[in-house]
Amino acid sequence: MMANHHDHSHGHDHHEEHEQLKVLGFWIFVVTDCILFGTLFATYAVMMHSFAGGPTGKELFELPGIIASTFILLTSSFTSGLAVLAMNKGKVKELIAWLAVTAVLGLAFVVLEVNEFTHLMHEGATMATSGFWSAFFTLVGTHGLHVSVGLFWMVALMMQLKRRGINAVTRRKVTNLSLYWHFLDVVWIFLFTVVYLMGVM
Amino acid sequence: MWEDIKDFASTFFVTGDPLIYGADVSIVLTMLAIVFVLTKYKKWGWLWREWLTTVDHKRIGIMYLIASLLMLFRGGVDALLMRLQLAFPNLEFLHADHYNAIFTTHGTIMILFMAMPMMFGLFNMVVPLQIGARDVAYPFLNALSFWLFFLGAMLFNLSFVIGGSPDAGWLSYPPLSQNDFSPGPGQNFWIWGIQISGIGSLATGINFIVTILKMRAPGMTLSKMPLFSWSVLSSSIMIIFAFPILTITIALLFLDRFAGAHFFTMDGGGNPMMYLNLIWMWGHPEVYIVVVPAFGIFSEVVATFSRKRIFGYKSMVWALMAIAIASFFTWAHHFFTMGTSASVIAFFAISTMVIAIPTGVKVFNWLFTMFRGRISFKQPMLWTIAFIPCFLVGGATGVMLAVAPADYQYHNSYFLIAHFHQVLIGGVVFGYLAGIYYWWPKLFGFKLDEKLGRWGFWFWNIGFYICFMPQYALGFMGMTRRYYTYGWDRGWEDLNLVSTVGAFMMGIGFIFQVWQITYSIKHGERDTTGDPWDARTLEWSIPSPAPFYNFAVVPNVKESDDWWATKQAKANGTYKEEPVHLEPIHMPKNSGIPIIMSTFWFLIGFGFTFGWVWMAVVGFIGVAVCMWVRSFQYDTDYYVPVDEVRRTEASLGRVL
Repeated sequence: MMANHHDHSHGHDHHEEHEQLKVLGFWIFVVTDCILFGTLFATYAVMMHSFAGGPTGKELFELPGIIASTFILLTSSFTSGLAVLAMNKGKVKELIAWLAVTAVLGLAFVVLEVNEFTHLMHEGATMATSGFWSAFFTLVGTHGLHVSVGLFWMVALMMQLKRRGINAVTRRKVTNLSLYWHFLDVVWIFLFTVVYLMGVM
Repeated sequence: MWEDIKDFASTFFVTGDPLIYGADVSIVLTMLAIVFVLTKYKKWGWLWREWLTTVDHKRIGIMYLIASLLMLFRGGVDALLMRLQLAFPNLEFLHADHYNAIFTTHGTIMILFMAMPMMFGLFNMVVPLQIGARDVAYPFLNALSFWLFFLGAMLFNLSFVIGGSPDAGWLSYPPLSQNDFSPGPGQNFWIWGIQISGIGSLATGINFIVTILKMRAPGMTLSKMPLFSWSVLSSSIMIIFAFPILTITIALLFLDRFAGAHFFTMDGGGNPMMYLNLIWMWGHPEVYIVVVPAFGIFSEVVATFSRKRIFGYKSMVWALMAIAIASFFTWAHHFFTMGTSASVIAFFAISTMVIAIPTGVKVFNWLFTMFRGRISFKQPMLWTIAFIPCFLVGGATGVMLAVAPADYQYHNSYFLIAHFHQVLIGGVVFGYLAGIYYWWPKLFGFKLDEKLGRWGFWFWNIGFYICFMPQYALGFMGMTRRYYTYGWDRGWEDLNLVSTVGAFMMGIGFIFQVWQITYSIKHGERDTTGDPWDARTLEWSIPSPAPFYNFAVVPNVKESDDWWATKQAKANGTYKEEPVHLEPIHMPKNSGIPIIMSTFWFLIGFGFTFGWVWMAVVGFIGVAVCMWVRSFQYDTDYYVPVDEVRRTEASLGRVL
């Protein structure tokens, strides 16, 4: 059971095939994540007007900051696309560089979000203020948490790319990561529309 | 200092009830016995290498099975305690609080920690073998799923001796489950036990969808795939759509309790009815998630033991998929009395009745398969035949409950209790037992004793009707669920006593089955052929117990019921022997990360349960480190050389 018999031509096929399998699994994971966010959006829709006499979104949202972070996240999605293009051309350094740019933009997005949350809390809107703010912090916070997990993953992946270059495994990982990143971007667009734009209207 | 410790211990440990002290002692003794045996026979290394770190789907399946039988025991004891309390009016065997805790844990354990793992056990034991694969798509993730389930279940069960059990019903409806009414750790145990095992369930759903879609042996098109695998696909699809809703729902309940949020509170703009809607959007699909694989098992068993091809294969597949879709449109029938508009109620009443159509199609198909078949009444077939009338009555009372105006009468009465036990025991438990009896020889290499099994079967079956038929009547007589006692003036005593007798008969049936398993380990009929039932599908073409790589050569599938067709061709002399070409087999390596990472999840759950945030933080860091370490592992699989495959096959009596 222990011998490491490596038949190379053979091993390659299996690897390639298996990595493809993992991409499919990741797509299905993204489906489950869609349901997860869908549930949070539904909750938010129910809680949309449950201010319980507390502050409303219209009073506290500051749109310019949100628009800035929207552009930052959209740009990071674009740069993660450029990373994949670099990977397809087989350029490791370029790939890592674009991932780094993506990570920096992602980090900026998270920092802006944390700032926004602290600002809101200073204004007296916390999780415990009303149903509306509970739903708001949970929905937006879950997205922020997803972005943060993505950053963690991105750092790990850049280190692996540096060490191992582009191969079947790292290629699959970059593919999944960029899939995840685009997905978070799409979620944010809904979030921006439903929470912020409809909130201030 | 001493006073502080005493103070802490008196709230940390559950005290005051002799039943629980008895349980404490037996738990400690059992653990000491396990440690003693493992140390004495120097089995710690063996346990770690062969079981705790395994990624072999068959072993994971066996571990699921063992865990689920333990949970069946615990949930069963809960049930018997409840029935004892209700046997006579005005009994003081259990106090109200204790009774509340017991019906809560009974429900939660039976669905989430008994039915689910038994189902996952069957998924694991059967699907890869049935579709001609060497493992599931993601063996590491599969092990992680198991350990998440197991440690979640352990966390939940801990509440029994530490901190106090949850007691707000198996689905923990707010506002009762909020801090105001359920302070203390009990509800938190409920939340985290389910949350942790739920993540595992979700991962298993993804795993089996990919396994079934991508890892079937060459030639096995979806239209040639055995029906059990189809039912697993249907169930897994429901899992991936339903479980994220559960994750969010109980996360929100946790935020209400932990962070003072106002999702389901009575004040601050919260809405408790939103919880009911959300939990049943998961909860209703959940009961179909557990029953659909049972339908798959019946389809395999009926065909094998009638020695006929399954009748209406295509309609079976369509019915499975129709049930999967329709299951998401019936949730509001759990609370018709909530008071929404007539049109909403009408929609959910009709959608519920619609489910009866595909289910009816399946029942007719099973009957037509048996029609003019040569039926042999082996244990799997016995349970299948017992299932049909039982599920039929349960389904019919379900349609009665779906009639919304009438439901206002039966809502939350014992009529409902009898109904769902009839479909869950008659459908799910009978089905899984049929499956366990059927596939047992494939996993363990011997059959379970027929005679003891029949005693168990009849005790279960007769006990079931004696237990639950009176409960329909009690419902009509006005007895509602969750009463912990009742007076002589209600006129319920006779039927309750009868029901209790039936419950104990089922308990005796279970004891017979435990006896049967221990007896058969030594004396059970050995399976030397690999095909003890003269069955039809691929898993029976390999030796029993199956070697760790399953198939020495991946089969080439030409027909549905391919193994049957092969046997027929061999008998007719039309079988063409294909040259055997052995190749090194690619297998995943064992890993300790799943159990370690799940232990950190346990710490997260335990920390949040008692409000010890530092412990939860340690847990989160641990989980992150585990993921990081795993991400940097590239050497995760190996090849089994041809020689070893040949040796293993020879030792199982097969020459290649």
